[in-house]
Amino acid sequence: MEDIDAIAALQDPVRRRLYEYVVAQDREVGRNEAAEAAGIARTLAAHHLDRLAEVGLLESGSRRLSGRSGPGAGRPAKVYARAQAELSVSLPARDYRTAAELLAEAAEQAGLDAGLCAAARRRGEVLRGSAAPCGGLEEAMEMLAARGYEPHLEDAEDGEEVSGAAASVVRMRNCPFHAVAERFPPLVCGMNLALLEGLFGTDGPVRARMDPRPGECCVVVENSKNNID
Amino acid sequence: MTASAHAAHLAHLNVATLRHPLDDPRTAPFVEMLDPVNASADAAPGFVWRLVEEGAADATGLRPAGDDVIVTLSVWETQEALWDFTYRSGHLEAMQRRREWFERHVEAHLVLWWVPVGHLPSVDEALERLADLRAHGPSPRAFTFASSYTAAEAVQHLQATPPTQAQAIN
Repeated sequence: MEDIDAIAALQDPVRRRLYEYVVAQDREVGRNEAAEAAGIARTLAAHHLDRLAEVGLLESGSRRLSGRSGPGAGRPAKVYARAQAELSVSLPARDYRTAAELLAEAAEQAGLDAGLCAAARRRGEVLRGSAAPCGGLEEAMEMLAARGYEPHLEDAEDGEEVSGAAASVVRMRNCPFHAVAERFPPLVCGMNLALLEGLFGTDGPVRARMDPRPGECCVVVENSKNNID
Repeated sequence: MTASAHAAHLAHLNVATLRHPLDDPRTAPFVEMLDPVNASADAAPGFVWRLVEEGAADATGLRPAGDDVIVTLSVWETQEALWDFTYRSGHLEAMQRRREWFERHVEAHLVLWWVPVGHLPSVDEALERLADLRAHGPSPRAFTFASSYTAAEAVQHLQATPPTQAQAIN
């Protein structure tokens, strides 16, 4: 299956809605749940979900949704989750990923972390485009979503004496630099942090900070007043 | 996980050449991170063991690879567990600032190899693996995250190599 076929499969608005719902859940999703979320019948949802799995956009498996096992637990249900493979299309074909990996390898060997971070911070500032730092978490989430980070709000773990929106941090399900970040983590994660620092501004009401977790982007964004430690 | 994953653990050695002594103010941010990062390693999923100097909280006082070279030697249940701790925990922040504190290594500074469950590698054994990696490149005897081998591959390789080379794994 070519990447272009997979991406073409998202042209169908119902299928796209199902895809976006499943990838936003960060866990396996059953057919009933996806059908309900997309407002369509279960059989139609099943058809589209299987199509998305067939073209490689979703991975499917089976699981007993009741959480029980053994006799009487019911038949395993089919579940879907985001496929790990990366799809990209450019016409004619370009290979920026190899270029990125080679540049990262050379930068790593030459120890160019500081120069790369400085360039990333400048780029972030340019992308922000205004003199004012980012105004708040909501605005930060829009900026992150536009850059493919898939941000979501989460309760801060140590949110002492904070309330409302201040008690939340923005975490990101997706790293736009995933493939290169996996091969050169300190270099590329440092670059990513610097880019986001530039994007939000370092003296404004929100700040980006490194707080890596397995399977997520290495950065969290929070209100600057949250942690004066 | 395959059955062999239960019979083998992954050993890891890292060497880092200090730019300034540990008590230099320029190295202070690194020293401040040592205790919390070591504590998070000890609590990390898949952590088995790490080298600690007798009577100390870490191994920074041991200098088996040179006066200004600190070593980290640890054992993990799987490569994924070690990767997640190294790059997806508070440890990443220390790594991201590594150029402030450590010289850039031209040669390999990290080596991974499989050990039988229950075996705690000695510093000499670890330095031999690093020397092997530097001399011969990645192999099932000594490898890196970017070019890794499974425990099963290491066992196969062992069966095909003379026992003198295999001693350290047995």
